[in-house]
Amino acid sequence: MRNILQNETPLLQVENLRTYFSSARGTVKAVDGVSFTVNRGETRAIVGESGCGKSMTALSILQLVPEPAGYIDGGRILFEGEDLLDRTWEQMRDVRGKDIGMIFQEPMTSLNPTFTIGWQLREAMTIHGKGVEEANERAIELLGRVGMPDPVQHLKQYPHELSGGMRQRVMIAMALANRPKLLIADEPTTALDVTVQAQILALIRELQLETGMAVLLITHDLGIVAEISDHVTVMYAGQAVEDSPTRDLFREPRHPYTRGLFASLPARNRRGQDLATLEGTVPDAANWPRGCRFEERCAYNFGACSEIAPKENPTGSDRPVRCHLWDPEIPNRPSVGLPVAK
Amino acid sequence: MDPQASNQPAVTQPPFWESDLFLNAIPIVAVGLLVYAFVTARKQPLWAEAFRRIRRNPLALVALGVILLYAGIALLDSFGSTDAKTQTRKTILDNIFEREQERTYSAPFASVTTGEPKPQKLKAPGSHLMGTDGVGNDVFYRTLKGARTAFIIGGLTSLIATPLALILGMVAGFYGKWRDDLIQYVYTVLASIPSILLLIALVLVLGRGVVQICIALGVTRWVGLCRLTRGETLKHRDREYVRAAKALGASDFRILTRHILPNLLPIVIISVTLGFSGLVLSEAILSYLGIGIDPGGGIGSWGNMINAARSELARDPVIWWNLTSASVALFILVLAFNIFGDALRDAIDPRLRS
Repeated sequence: MRNILQNETPLLQVENLRTYFSSARGTVKAVDGVSFTVNRGETRAIVGESGCGKSMTALSILQLVPEPAGYIDGGRILFEGEDLLDRTWEQMRDVRGKDIGMIFQEPMTSLNPTFTIGWQLREAMTIHGKGVEEANERAIELLGRVGMPDPVQHLKQYPHELSGGMRQRVMIAMALANRPKLLIADEPTTALDVTVQAQILALIRELQLETGMAVLLITHDLGIVAEISDHVTVMYAGQAVEDSPTRDLFREPRHPYTRGLFASLPARNRRGQDLATLEGTVPDAANWPRGCRFEERCAYNFGACSEIAPKENPTGSDRPVRCHLWDPEIPNRPSVGLPVAK
Repeated sequence: MDPQASNQPAVTQPPFWESDLFLNAIPIVAVGLLVYAFVTARKQPLWAEAFRRIRRNPLALVALGVILLYAGIALLDSFGSTDAKTQTRKTILDNIFEREQERTYSAPFASVTTGEPKPQKLKAPGSHLMGTDGVGNDVFYRTLKGARTAFIIGGLTSLIATPLALILGMVAGFYGKWRDDLIQYVYTVLASIPSILLLIALVLVLGRGVVQICIALGVTRWVGLCRLTRGETLKHRDREYVRAAKALGASDFRILTRHILPNLLPIVIISVTLGFSGLVLSEAILSYLGIGIDPGGGIGSWGNMINAARSELARDPVIWWNLTSASVALFILVLAFNIFGDALRDAIDPRLRS
């Protein structure tokens, strides 16, 4: 809202992104027409279960989709108004690590085991033209900033000498080395202990307030979404099914899938009961169903669901929901507790 | 113009690669590089740990000791000076171990010749540790001369084959697609030609010098390492840290040389160490087949000694020392390299797995 009032172009605008993989079974449409925006300084979370295409969406932005099978089939990725897909591989290198930093899920393997922390931190900066001396000073500063107790000593250490939480701090320091405008965090806390998770999230939040960067957070954890994001995109089967300000989503989830996710969370008022689960699995990405992709698992499905693919934003509101229940043009919608669109 | 100078027979200046300066500089450079590599490696935790493990392994230390002994002999045979009068180069080894040439065969420590109807007294009785061969050369001395050749063959061939295998393997593994297809095609074709035939053909074309044999061996020996490198690169290419380096904006060249190569080095070094003994054996086999080192060139070769010993075994009394001396020398060096290579692999592998 703030940015619309200020009439700014969003920092990152992904439009109808399609990332496909060619495989022996045919074309796997991992990301199939995803759109969202990230405004300056805000946090956008992409949430969804394993295999829904959220990581591939993140990798597509930096064009790091695993080759040779994966490729970006179409769409636009506007960063500060410029389409990154128009850039050559060489030109993309200026964006990576400089304008957009990225941290990964596995801090245990994201650092090269053969080099010291200091070497790798300095490299993050010397690639983009900083001198070695300057890079070294900044490396010490960064390690201190991400909460490493003894930065000068840590520079000489190798990754295997650090714990997972420490390594993730180093990864964050590397990603932030060149003061990026956008930080993409691909499940940054999944591989960490719960206590360390909270620390890392607090650190990201803190650094964000300090530097004013935007964060694109990929996660499957609604708890993390509630904690640090401003906007949420819920992804299912390669598509965005719901896009909403975080507070509104938690107050009133609209898509049946989102509702299912919330229902499967442990809650205080359901103590002692079994956790609800979403029955079934995601359909085959090489062969998406003709109609709604969630239809088989949906508690509210009706006639139109298996026949017609739902529109991305049937109501045309600022809270898009990819579901027939919200589409005024679909006849005979059951009213099953979902509020009707205004 | 000095008339006297033109009348004198021109003293032919040897080409630079045969000059004392060059021949003495090579071993110094080689040893220097090895020491430098060792000192650099010690600073790396992976290697420091590997060296610690080797120090705790007595068998590996014995093997290393044997290798160093052979290397020492090879070095003694590398430094030398050319006599101005006779224009022949004498190495330190020559000065210590060369014995007077006898008439013909003589048994170890014997004082008379063997194989002649009437045994003759030796010029240097009792001084031939392993006897003498058919033309009266000291067998022990000739065996020692073989060490340098073995190291040159192993080292130079590794120097030719390793970069070739590394570059092609990394390119194939990292880029995939047509580059991978092309490189795989080349080495599959090469591997499907019987290597001994290819070696014979190459040696016949290139000649029978040491360097030529190294080139021929290098051309046929890079396939295995290339396959290994390709597979390892393929594995590392999809590792998170490579993706992280890409996300930082690193170029392909930087990722290959700075991120993937250091992770390949341990496995490459193990493979080269284990391959070394195979190369030493190859030289012996080639020489035995009569397409190895030119026996007339004055360069030591265990293969040539074994080849020459073929007919000696049929004699009565049996001339066994020529064959024994060369075979044992060859066997011990190959065994030492195999044991040390295995120990090195065991010392590095646990860390590779984690």
